Amino acid sequence: MNFWYFLTALTLLSALMVVLSKNPIHSVLYLVFTFFCISGHYVLLNAQFLMAVNIVVYAGAIMVLFLFVIMMMDLRKNMPDSKTTLTKLAGAILGGTLLVIMVAASRKMDLSGQVMPETFSSQTGLVESLGKILYRDYVLPFELVSILFFVAMVGAVMLGKREAGERNF
Amino acid sequence: MEITSTLFTAKAIYVGVIFAITLGVAAYSTYFERIIAAFMQDRVGPDRAGPFGILQPLADAVKMFMKEDFIPSQSSKWLFIVAPCLSMLTALMTSAVVPFGDKLDLGGGLMLDLQGVDVNIGILWVFGIVSLGVYGILVGGWASNNKYSLLGAIRAASQNISYELAMGLSIIAILMLSGSLSTKTIVETQQNGHWNILYQPLGFVIFIVCAFAECNRTPFDLPECETELIGGYHTEYSSMKLGFYLFSEYINMFISGAVMATLYFGGYDYPGHDFIHDKFGNNVAALLGVGALIGKALIFVFIFMWVRWTLPRFRYDQLMSLGWTGLIPLSMFNVVLTGTSMLFTVNEGGSNWYTVAVSWAGIVVMLVVTYLYNESQYKKKKLAVG
Amino acid sequence: MKLSNKTKVLEQGEMTFAERIYLPAIVGGMGTTLKHFFSKKVTIRYPEQKRYLGPVFRGHHILKRDEQGAERCTACGLCAVACPAEAISMVADERKKGEEHLYREEKYAKVYEINMLRCIFCGLCEEACPKQAIYLQHDKMVPVFEDRSEVIFGKDKLVEDMNNRYLREGWK
Repeated sequence: MNFWYFLTALTLLSALMVVLSKNPIHSVLYLVFTFFCISGHYVLLNAQFLMAVNIVVYAGAIMVLFLFVIMMMDLRKNMPDSKTTLTKLAGAILGGTLLVIMVAASRKMDLSGQVMPETFSSQTGLVESLGKILYRDYVLPFELVSILFFVAMVGAVMLGKREAGERNF
Repeated sequence: MEITSTLFTAKAIYVGVIFAITLGVAAYSTYFERIIAAFMQDRVGPDRAGPFGILQPLADAVKMFMKEDFIPSQSSKWLFIVAPCLSMLTALMTSAVVPFGDKLDLGGGLMLDLQGVDVNIGILWVFGIVSLGVYGILVGGWASNNKYSLLGAIRAASQNISYELAMGLSIIAILMLSGSLSTKTIVETQQNGHWNILYQPLGFVIFIVCAFAECNRTPFDLPECETELIGGYHTEYSSMKLGFYLFSEYINMFISGAVMATLYFGGYDYPGHDFIHDKFGNNVAALLGVGALIGKALIFVFIFMWVRWTLPRFRYDQLMSLGWTGLIPLSMFNVVLTGTSMLFTVNEGGSNWYTVAVSWAGIVVMLVVTYLYNESQYKKKKLAVG
Repeated sequence: MKLSNKTKVLEQGEMTFAERIYLPAIVGGMGTTLKHFFSKKVTIRYPEQKRYLGPVFRGHHILKRDEQGAERCTACGLCAVACPAEAISMVADERKKGEEHLYREEKYAKVYEINMLRCIFCGLCEEACPKQAIYLQHDKMVPVFEDRSEVIFGKDKLVEDMNNRYLREGWK
């Protein structure tokens, strides 16, 4: 439990640093660290598969691409302050709404910490049970999603393929 | 309580030993890389430090430590220091789930598993850590505040992401065969000579090519391509920080060799295991298994070096097109082929040789079909020209 | 413009299927490197092992003595004139009474210096010498020097040692 508090504090702190740090590269690195903390939470929940997938997909691939793009930007250039009053207002409204939703949700939360023994299973998060649920109860959406990804991948390959007449630089 | 603490101590010793072996192998890889390079170029190689130059790694380490530790003034200091450590960390973390051996009998009913942790997502862990390895390079290249470093880092990032896809797909075929993500289970299904290489020749070729790319080794060492980028991402690095980068490359080589041995070459399995198990007992057999795995990994390290001194570097567009238009479709075909061969096994009541035959025949069919397709395309082009 | 009839038009046709899947070529190349891995090394461990330098090698200079052990050099200066690198310098002196066993001629070189940083080992001094006094040894190299003060070789390093005489193959 103590470890949970430590991890949560770390998660929140690094998430805050994502927003607060001036340098976008630092933001991205803090975000990666946040993902690690979240993966730590998955481990505490005995959901190792989700933890691994979180690292592989988010920290390992998506954030690398983020970093990739941000590195290409010229950070030295003093950008004119892009935050107009309108964007500030919009941001305030959005953040405020999110806060309201979260407060409302947490009010409904059951914080007594009781587990229901009849439904509780420590094996829920393991890859076997996850696979069974995915392939039994949610087979159709799962397959549709996989076809979607497959199409995207084939598209990427096709974009990468050179046409017959194209110049080889 | 007593049992737990003994097991804990044993595990701690095991972890320490694996750590030492990894670092030792990495240190001596630098020496053997130079020796192998020399031999393949008809030279003698380093032979000054100690007999046959075996103290060369020590001399190199002393040199690395004594050099001036330079940090560029315009660099991002913290990230510049953290990056090589990240590289080293990710290189070392992978070995946690590699099963180095079978169970060791400590007496009193205590069995020590010769594996860091047997999690049921073992291979995904390897995959995740490998995908993190690029951060060390990426951050280091950016923090150096040098355009060549940045270009090297960006190359490394795009290369790693591209080849991870094909690597993941080739692992999926292995998972289909063994039905588990746990590295231990993958090894156990391969015992007694049923090595995955027999069932997965195509998958192995894809995996080893991707492993070369992930380790940034020639012919895919574009991130540190000297002719174009000076030193690539470690242009600005000196002293032990550079040493960390170089060291992590060798650790990566050793670990990826161990992973390949685990996935495709039966892990700690070796011919005559049962005989030794009956004759000399469990522990001797298990320790020999550890030796077998490390031996296999070292053979892969040798192949890494062998290829490095044979092949020239790819051009960057060739690298990308090989990854995206060559390996990814191939690995998808491999998944389908594995599925087909497993389907045959189900009908035949589990005859393994049938699976082997189907997977090899599938490759032959694929080669023939590709060849015929190529020929027809060629003829069409000729007709169009002439 | 056609300069000679040796021009060959290189026709690189379309890569064959075997070439396009890389692997056969890679395996072939690895075979080549493996063959070299086990073949004889062409380099040697130099300071311990030395190659035969050949009878016409031009190495360390030597100022010869005659059979009685007297120096042959008469400090005529022809070697210094012949030297294209101007590496040789000398100071002549007259032979005193009682020094006949030391110097063969009536005039001798009191100081004879060769700057080894300038010397190009061309052997012209050897050819210019009318007294067969200076030779470039065929079996001995100039030792490595580590300091600039060591590069000028005086008579102490150049004059022949009578216990270890320098002989060429043709002289015996």
